[in-house]
Amino acid sequence: MSTEEIEAMFSITGRDYTNAGRASTSIKGILKRLGINPAVVRRTAIASYEAEMNLVMYAVRGTMHLRVNPATVTLEVEDEGPGIKDIALAMQEGYSTATPEMREMGFGAGMGLPNIKRNSDQFEISSAAGRGTRLSIRINQAS
Amino acid sequence: MAAQYHHSLRFEASRCNGCMSCMRICPTAAVRVRKGKAAIKLMDCCIDCGECIKVCTQGVIIPLTDQMADLSQYQCRVAIPSPALYAQFEPEVLPGVIFAALKECGFDDVECLSRACDAVTTATEIYVSEYRGQSPLISSFCPTVVRLVQVEYPELVNQMLPILSPREISARDAKARKSAETGLPTDLIGAIYLTPCPAKMVSILEHPGMERSYLDAAVAISDLFQTLTAAVARVGEIEENMDGCETASGVSWAFLGGLPRSLPAEHTFTVAGLQNVIRILDDVEKGRLRNYSFIECHACPEGCVGGCLTVENPYVARAKAIKLRQQLPAGPAVDRESVERRYRQGEFLMDEPLTPRPLRPLDDDISKAIGKMKERDRLLSRLPRIDCGACGAPSCRAFAEDVVLGEAADENCLFLRR
Repeated sequence: MSTEEIEAMFSITGRDYTNAGRASTSIKGILKRLGINPAVVRRTAIASYEAEMNLVMYAVRGTMHLRVNPATVTLEVEDEGPGIKDIALAMQEGYSTATPEMREMGFGAGMGLPNIKRNSDQFEISSAAGRGTRLSIRINQAS
Repeated sequence: MAAQYHHSLRFEASRCNGCMSCMRICPTAAVRVRKGKAAIKLMDCCIDCGECIKVCTQGVIIPLTDQMADLSQYQCRVAIPSPALYAQFEPEVLPGVIFAALKECGFDDVECLSRACDAVTTATEIYVSEYRGQSPLISSFCPTVVRLVQVEYPELVNQMLPILSPREISARDAKARKSAETGLPTDLIGAIYLTPCPAKMVSILEHPGMERSYLDAAVAISDLFQTLTAAVARVGEIEENMDGCETASGVSWAFLGGLPRSLPAEHTFTVAGLQNVIRILDDVEKGRLRNYSFIECHACPEGCVGGCLTVENPYVARAKAIKLRQQLPAGPAVDRESVERRYRQGEFLMDEPLTPRPLRPLDDDISKAIGKMKERDRLLSRLPRIDCGACGAPSCRAFAEDVVLGEAADENCLFLRR
C-alpha cells in the first residue's frame, strides 16, 4: 500500500492570520490533481480548513500531515498549545471559547470541531491540557 | 472525460515574439511557450478570461467574435448592447442616440437590456430568498466565472445561481417580438450581443445549463466602436424618446455592485478581478462565507466595463456610466408581480443543472496519479523554483508536471542542463 501513498507535511504558526488557510488550500490542490472525487475533496477542504484555523487561533505552533492513497485521505493535526480541557464539551455544537478578536473574524460559532467530525468518516481527538491537541481524521473515497 | 470545449481566442503564432507575458498572467496556467511562440497547450484549463489579450502587446491573441459581414444569414439583425457599450461614450450621448446609430451601422433593430436586467434582478431576489441549499449562491452571469467554477471548483457548481442572464432573456424577448412584428421565423432573426469580452462568445457557442443559447452571435464593442462613433456624429441629437429604453438600474449592470443592490446588503457582496474571485471561491470551497447568501462575481476588474474588448479605461467608463445613470429613468422597467408570475412559470431558470468539468488529473487512475505526483515532486526538488519561465512553462511546478506527463523534457530547464 505504501508505494501507492503520497504524503505532505505543513507547518503552521499560531496567530499567523496572514498565512492562515494556505495549508488547506494546498491540500485541496493536491487532491484535485490526483483526481480524487470532488465530494471527498470538498469534505477534506472543509475539515482541514477548520482544523487549520483552530490551530492558528488557539495553538502556538503545529503541523498538518496529509496522507492520500487510493482508498482514503488521512489528516493528522498536532499542535503545541493550551490543549482542550473538556473534549466532550468542545464537541458540542455552539460551544466556543473564542475571544472577541476571533469572533470579529467570523469564527467562534462553536461549529469547528463538530464540522470536522461531520465531514470525516473516522475522527479521533486527544488532548493534554497545557501541552497540546492531536487530531486524526480519515475520509474514505466513496466509489 | 469532458467533451471538447469551445473557445473564443486564437493565437497567431507569426506575430508572437515569445515575451511570455500571456504565459505568466494566465490564471489557470494553460499557456506554454514552445520554440519562442506562445500557445494554449491545455485547452481544458482555458476559461476564456481574456487576461492574455489584455497583456499582449503584439496582437497575437485574436478574439473569435463575429464581424458584421458574418451576420448576412439573418434577415433581421437585432443588436443587444451590453450596458458597457454606453460607458464608452460621453455621458451626453444617450442610449436613444446610440440605438439610432446602431441602425445606421447595419442593424435592423435594437433591444435594450434594462428590462431584462431588472427582471433578472427580481428573479434573483426571489431565488435567493427561497434557496435552502449550501450557501452562498454564486452569480452565473459572467461566463468566465462559470467556466472557472466548472473547471477548478467542480463541487461548487451546485451553488451557481441557475438563473439566465439578462442577455439571454433579452435575446429570447427580441426574437419573439421581431417574429411577431415581421412574421419571420425566429431562425432568420439574429440576436446579436454587442460584447465587452470574448467570454460571452463562449456562452453563445455552448451555454451551460441550456441546450443552446438564445443569442446567435456577438460583435466586439472594440470592433464596432469606430463605425459607431461616426454614426453617432451623423445621427446627432434625436428627439428624446426614452420609451422602452434603458434605465438607471439596467445600466448599473455594467459595473460593480449593479446586481445585488436590492438584496440585503449584509448578506451579499461583490468581487471583481480574477485573482480576487479565485481567492473568494477558495474560501467558499473551504466552507467559509456560509453566512453570506449571495456573491456577485466578475472576472474583470470593475465588472463588464473592464472587459478586454472595450475601448475606454474601465475606471473612466465606470464614471461615465454613473453620470449617464443620473440622466435615465430610475427603473425598474418591469413590475414585480409580472416578473414573479413569469418566474413561477420557470421562465428565468436554466433548463438543466450546471455540470462540473474538472481538469484532467495527473492520471485517471488514482494509484498512477499518486506515482506521477511523487515523480513530479522528486523533479521539483531538483529545480531552482524561481519560476524563470525559460523552459516555456509558467512555473517550475508546471514544468515538472509537463515532464512527468511527457510534454516537456528535462533539458528544457536551463538549470538542469548546467
